Amino acid sequence: MTEISAADVAVPVVLRVNGDEYRITAQPRRTLADALRDDCGLTGTHLGCEHGVCGACTVLLDGEPVRSCLLFAVQSQGAEIRTVEGLAGDDGTLHPLQEAFWRHHGLQCGFCTPGFLMLSAGVLETRPDIGDDELREALSSNLCRCTGYQTIVEAVRSVRDAGEA
Amino acid sequence: MGEPDRPRGRSLIGESVLRLEDRPLLVGEGRFLGDVSFEDELHLRVVRSDVAHGVLRGVGLEDVLAAEGVVAAWGADEVAHLPAIEFRMTGFDELRPHCQRVLAGERVRYVGDPVAVVIAEDPYLAEDAAELAFVDVDPLEPVLEANSPEAVAPLTLEHEHGDVEAAFAGAHRIVELRATVGRHSGIPLETRGLLARPVDGDGPDGNRVELYGIAKVPHYNCVTIAAMLGLAPGQVVGREGHVGGGFGVRGELYPEDLLVTHAALKLGRPVKWVEDRREHLLAANHSRDQTYHVRAAVDADGIVQAIDADFFHDQGGYVRTHGATVPNLSVALLPGPYLVPSYRVRGHIRLTNKTPAGTYRAPGRFESTFVRERLMDAVAATYGLDPAEIRRRNLIPPESMPFDRGVNTLGTPVVYDSGDYARLLDRLLDHLGYESLREGLAARRGAGERVGLGIGMFVEKSGLGPFDDVRVRRLDGGGVEVVTGAASVGQGMETVIAQICAEVLDVDYVDVTVRHGQTDMIGRGLGAFASRVTVMTGVAVYLAATELAATGEVAEATFNTEHMTYPYGAHAAVVRVDEGTGGVTVERYVVAYDVGRAVNPMLVEGQIIGGVAQGIGGALLELFAYDSDGQPLATSFMDYLMPTVAEQPPVEVLLSEDAPSPLNPLGLKGAGEGGTTACGAAIAAAIDDAIGRPGAVTSLPATPELVRSLLRI
Ligand code: FES
Ligand code: FES
Repeated sequence: MTEISAADVAVPVVLRVNGDEYRITAQPRRTLADALRDDCGLTGTHLGCEHGVCGACTVLLDGEPVRSCLLFAVQSQGAEIRTVEGLAGDDGTLHPLQEAFWRHHGLQCGFCTPGFLMLSAGVLETRPDIGDDELREALSSNLCRCTGYQTIVEAVRSVRDAGEA
Repeated sequence: MGEPDRPRGRSLIGESVLRLEDRPLLVGEGRFLGDVSFEDELHLRVVRSDVAHGVLRGVGLEDVLAAEGVVAAWGADEVAHLPAIEFRMTGFDELRPHCQRVLAGERVRYVGDPVAVVIAEDPYLAEDAAELAFVDVDPLEPVLEANSPEAVAPLTLEHEHGDVEAAFAGAHRIVELRATVGRHSGIPLETRGLLARPVDGDGPDGNRVELYGIAKVPHYNCVTIAAMLGLAPGQVVGREGHVGGGFGVRGELYPEDLLVTHAALKLGRPVKWVEDRREHLLAANHSRDQTYHVRAAVDADGIVQAIDADFFHDQGGYVRTHGATVPNLSVALLPGPYLVPSYRVRGHIRLTNKTPAGTYRAPGRFESTFVRERLMDAVAATYGLDPAEIRRRNLIPPESMPFDRGVNTLGTPVVYDSGDYARLLDRLLDHLGYESLREGLAARRGAGERVGLGIGMFVEKSGLGPFDDVRVRRLDGGGVEVVTGAASVGQGMETVIAQICAEVLDVDYVDVTVRHGQTDMIGRGLGAFASRVTVMTGVAVYLAATELAATGEVAEATFNTEHMTYPYGAHAAVVRVDEGTGGVTVERYVVAYDVGRAVNPMLVEGQIIGGVAQGIGGALLELFAYDSDGQPLATSFMDYLMPTVAEQPPVEVLLSEDAPSPLNPLGLKGAGEGGTTACGAAIAAAIDDAIGRPGAVTSLPATPELVRSLLRI
């Protein structure tokens, strides 16, 4: 039989995501990614590995790109969380990064795309003048299996060059 | 800023219009399998063998059944009535005894072999409970080499044409080599999964079960699952959603698909299974893993008169849906773009205690191209000729098209439909500035750098028939709907099909809606594999739209073909080797590829550049290694290394349309695989050049460890 430990007892958790408040009940062991996807219904954040390598689950936590598969929901309380659902305007106007990914063919299957968008948003917001080499290094945090990255880099660079993010 | 511009009222075939697919994927509204859920769904977790080979004494599930949230748990006995999973392609009776059952019964044959399932109210609880299963195995010695005498040897594929003996007897020189391509695979970023949902129906088939997460070959899988579960074909309905990458791996029929559907029907509730990454690396099809011994009989002019090849194909623990597809493709396409009048080959299919194997982008071609191009480089070195020159001398000339290769694959004779191979080679060399590039690299080597250039050529295949159906209908309000039995694996097929349809009907492509992967919307369909969709579905939509333009509201058409089309390409790689670490950096990569006619050049280039990334992975990084007990050593992304942007060079694509296919009215050939095919070949040659040792690299991946050992000799 499984033993009941403190980690198994669900507790109330409050998450602030894209400016909205979500009151959920979650076990302390529940990851932020699962809480976002299954409890908040924000399935735009994807899971490609659940061990911190692929970056498909990247969200912004107080402006910093983080792997939501490596955080617990309970740890993320009190922070401003941003996910891909919050990038476009309320009227549906795409964020410049979303538009650039579209124009530059920066996605194929689209599974990695939310992670790359949030990573790029976090990077450009904190370092709008980031150099090409550092940008490539930052983007090397995430995996894409379809595009070969070239068009992703072009898309992010174009937004940086236009000073739009 | 508004949304990207969309051209209106212009001729659309050949234009790089933006994709129809992108908006939902950009805003987080994708509907991948994991995003679909139903109120009362249950979650399935698979219990897997952690022993590579052994006698399965039993699986104790008492603790599992007593655990919180568990609804059911089954071992092999409970699903003993389900048959083993049949071949979808290239089946042989000799292989049939080695097909995989949905749960292992008496033996386990690889680490990851499913032995039981647990179904619970919550995925966390299902995983907790699965840990409590007691899998009782008496270990046996694992077989880990395909060419070991212990490996089960069900079948050897053989082919011979021309006069091989005479060519070797009369050869000026005989050039010989051994080469190995390591085990790696497609590894889509979305793992596999399935959600089966029983629905009460009042239609002719009564109750039905809907399958979400189905991909690649939805019709085939639904019909096959129905047959295996004793249902009528229409009772299993495919509901394809977004698919996070295919690459040959996703969408084949796996044991888990049957287990999930069976569970949903038995329990009368939706059942969802999403594998984790470790499971994917253990349980989804592996690929490649072929070891060759080849000899070439070469005449005084450096013309290869015959190739005699012998290879071992490591199939892993079972034969899956692809049957003998991969070795069959190796057999047929090994001679590639060269004349090679006489050819003999034996491909030995062997079972080992590793994950079962299937296709992966450019199956049989990545491997055989590596070997053939290494052979051409060896011939060049033997004769003191330039690698480009030896290739030029051996290429099939355009006046020999169509060229009957004298061998069959996938049930059709290999007849290259069109091509001017030498012209493509020239285009590549011109683009590179071949002579001055070589001089520049020699100068850098003179200054102490280890840099080199390698090239590789190949013929791909695409557009596998035999048919595709399309229905086109005008909608109220000016739109057009296309219904097809093809599938999307993220490659942009909706856009391409819409472009062709829009061109014929003179409408805006954004007003064309393409429906695919919904098996109750169209009677049959072959899905998306073998770079077939642009050709087969593209031509079918062209025919249907042409009819619609003439007749009115709705039209259906079928495109039938007995033959595949054969795109062809040439790759060039410039690499730098770090003498200290043995690490290889690809500085520059060029792909020249002739696709007959590109419907959307931007998407074709995307396919090629993405294909190069996967090819570089296979050439330098990716390897499913095993220890001596058969324990897999690559079970996470920490150990299974795929290229990131840091490993990816700038890729230049020379898209060529010299040789439209004469086999279809649009001249189309498929573009999905040629970015990958010659990466191993070109990079290996470039490493040889960099370290000044022709023929040094004979196995892939060329890891730092391997390259360092070569530097030390
Ligand atoms: S899912 Fe979080 S890093 Fe891969
Ligand atoms: S677009 Fe498919 S993984 Fe990046």
